[in-house]
Amino acid sequence: MSEHPEPYDSPQHRDETAIAGMWLFLASEILLFGGLFLIFVVYSHSHAAGWALGVRHTSLVIGGINTVLLLTSSMVYILGVEAARNGNARGIIQAGLGAAALGMTFLCLKGWEWHTEFGEHLFPGPGFAIGGPQAGGAQLFYSFYFLSTALHGLHMLVGIGLIAWVCLRTYRGRGRLLQVMPVEVVGLYWSFVDLVWILLFPVLYLIGRV
Amino acid sequence: MAPISGPDTTQRSYLWQDGTVRSWLLTTDHKRIALLYMASITAFFVLGSVGAALIRLHLISPTGAILSDATYSRMFTMHGIVMVWLFLVPSIPVTLGNFLVPLMLGAKDLAFPRLNLISWYLFIMAGALVVYGLFRGGLETGWTFYTPLSTDYTQGRVLPVVAGVFLSGFSSIATGVNFIISIHQLRAPGLTWYRLPLMLWALYATSVIFVLATPVLSITLLLLAFEHFFHVGVFDPALGGDPLLFQHLFWFYSHPAVYIMILPGMGVVSEVVSTFCHKPVFGYRFVAWSSISIAAIGFLVWGHHMFVAGTSLYAAVVFSMLSFLVSVPSAIKVFNWLGTMHGGAIRLDAPMLYAMGFIGLFTVGGLTGLFLASLASDVHLTQTYFVVAHFHYIMVGGMVSAYFAGLHYWWPKITGRMYPEMWGRTAAALLFFGFNLTFFPQFILGYEGMPRRYATYPAQFQVLNVLSSAGASILALAYILPLIYFTWSLFRGAPATDNPWQATGLEWRTSSPPPVENFITPPVVTHEAYDYAALDHPDTAQRAEAPHV
Ligand code: HEM
Ligand SMILES: [Cu+2]
Repeated sequence: MSEHPEPYDSPQHRDETAIAGMWLFLASEILLFGGLFLIFVVYSHSHAAGWALGVRHTSLVIGGINTVLLLTSSMVYILGVEAARNGNARGIIQAGLGAAALGMTFLCLKGWEWHTEFGEHLFPGPGFAIGGPQAGGAQLFYSFYFLSTALHGLHMLVGIGLIAWVCLRTYRGRGRLLQVMPVEVVGLYWSFVDLVWILLFPVLYLIGRV
Repeated sequence: MAPISGPDTTQRSYLWQDGTVRSWLLTTDHKRIALLYMASITAFFVLGSVGAALIRLHLISPTGAILSDATYSRMFTMHGIVMVWLFLVPSIPVTLGNFLVPLMLGAKDLAFPRLNLISWYLFIMAGALVVYGLFRGGLETGWTFYTPLSTDYTQGRVLPVVAGVFLSGFSSIATGVNFIISIHQLRAPGLTWYRLPLMLWALYATSVIFVLATPVLSITLLLLAFEHFFHVGVFDPALGGDPLLFQHLFWFYSHPAVYIMILPGMGVVSEVVSTFCHKPVFGYRFVAWSSISIAAIGFLVWGHHMFVAGTSLYAAVVFSMLSFLVSVPSAIKVFNWLGTMHGGAIRLDAPMLYAMGFIGLFTVGGLTGLFLASLASDVHLTQTYFVVAHFHYIMVGGMVSAYFAGLHYWWPKITGRMYPEMWGRTAAALLFFGFNLTFFPQFILGYEGMPRRYATYPAQFQVLNVLSSAGASILALAYILPLIYFTWSLFRGAPATDNPWQATGLEWRTSSPPPVENFITPPVVTHEAYDYAALDHPDTAQRAEAPHV
């Protein structure tokens, strides 16, 4: 590929630019999830009873454990960013692998949760488990539940991929000058994925439970 | 900074530096990516126009001349989807914008060159999906995909088309991020915000909409696809879900998106009007900030698409007022262009003719928008041809004219060749005439009550419909002509000088076509935007400026 000349003045200028780009992309992501949260705001009011019935069927234990896992994962990743700033390549790889492993555990638990929910016929459609006058609201909740967790899970997968990429390029680049920027950019994204879950957790598991 | 020219520059220009297909398909040069985009959206424009031609041919007869009712519905859906998402939304930003943003900034490339290439591939994949869906059956939902028609009742190919539009959104977001960050980060030394050409302010505002509105469309389409696939979901009335929620989400994107489809055109017109009057744009800061306020207020008016959809009276009144408000910055622009032209020695080259066409047609489109934003008259006019005429005056009369203005204006820079001026003027005049003949009768048709999206109509409407179809054939000619003479000029056109229009932007300070790295010496900006005095009398201007340095 004929590389076109780079538009930056200096490596520092390039790094600043990349980080600004990530922030702007995250602003875009906020509106992606914002549209989803509008669904929650509207239906948890207009179908309060059915919606709450749905919330009560979710597994608070798995949701809770997952929240702890993800928060820890973000924290571990921050150690990697610190390591990068101190020029410690091993630290980046260790923290990255740790954060990714916690993320994978989250996804496995989430998958298992989905599996049991499918078994209990909580996926909306004919044969839906919850009957009675509130069935409609509960199905709306579960439509929202499956979509939002799927979308968040997809973001997790992308994030884990990015972390793996950071680890790999750090490993390959041993001995050369360490680049902090990619570690930070991926860190921004990973924290965002965490933040989305922090909003999703109360919405899916807590509000309306009691 | 002596401009570089001479016979050997064509060898080094971005066009000829490496001629292999591979080097084009893997290029990260924003100028080449602009050309890749240009070829792609031209193809989509042709496809959409074939749809329009068939629609107009069909409507020559009150009973419908050529298509079955179902095919007619699929045809206007195809036309709308292709024109909006695959042509007009990307149009100016991805072609002229891609080419010009770094040049106007005095930069070597956009902030994220590889992302730029990726965005083109996303766009091509999106286009392929949409075309696949449209040709394997199509769909009859219109470009708006309203639920529950699109989820439970349509027999068409909703999924591939929706997936395509979804993907094209990511390509838009990538372009938006690239432009905003480039304008923040890559301005040449001395190029302060208020020295930016107004085109960049317009593209900045457009990019804000790309970045902040498109994701809402993405999530909406995702919800729609889920519901279409599983036949159960959040808009499903059978569960007590609310299909109107879809309309809210859809228009929260799509109203700002109509500004995506006009702001870049306004940017082009500001450049062209200034150049051909050889005067700075009147009220620079007002024009600059009106772009930003159009983008901002544009986020708050989506409800005017839902006045008859059971909106509460109070909400409707607020949306109506906000819609009136958004017309203020648009009017500011029109007055400032006219103020720039006032008393000037106007050169009537093709770009200026197109730009003047834009101003007139956009004004008609904007004013009729106020009829629609008024609650009482909207109840009568909504869903009629009045609406069709309104948005075509803006989108086609306005934006497509501006796109052609920009193409003619920057063609010498892009290709290093002049187009034949006489033919350019002819096409511009034909476009204006053909356009009005096509769409003005539709205002009357709508006012008299002819609804849109029907394959047949009462016989009393036939005369106006035939007039409209006749106009469409003139319009078609006005679009085909440039295709021919632009192609001709690539081989036979007179070689262009570096600054054929005596314009002030940085892009005119490099060779035509520019070298791979845009500028041989990185430019430094010492003047305000549109400083024609400095251009005409470089020595005096230099002296006048000396004390500040
Ligand atoms: C840049 C170009 C254009 C854009 C973005 C555009 C966009 C649209 C859109 C969004 C619709 C609404 C479709 C619907 O009812 O759902 C529409 C309808 C229509 N367009 Fe265009 N259009 C363009 C060019 C043209 C041209 C050149 C012609 C004619 C020569 C044309 C003729 C029509 C007609 C007749 C309809 C009405 C279909 C109906 O509702 O029955 N359009 N267009
Ligand atoms: Cu609107």
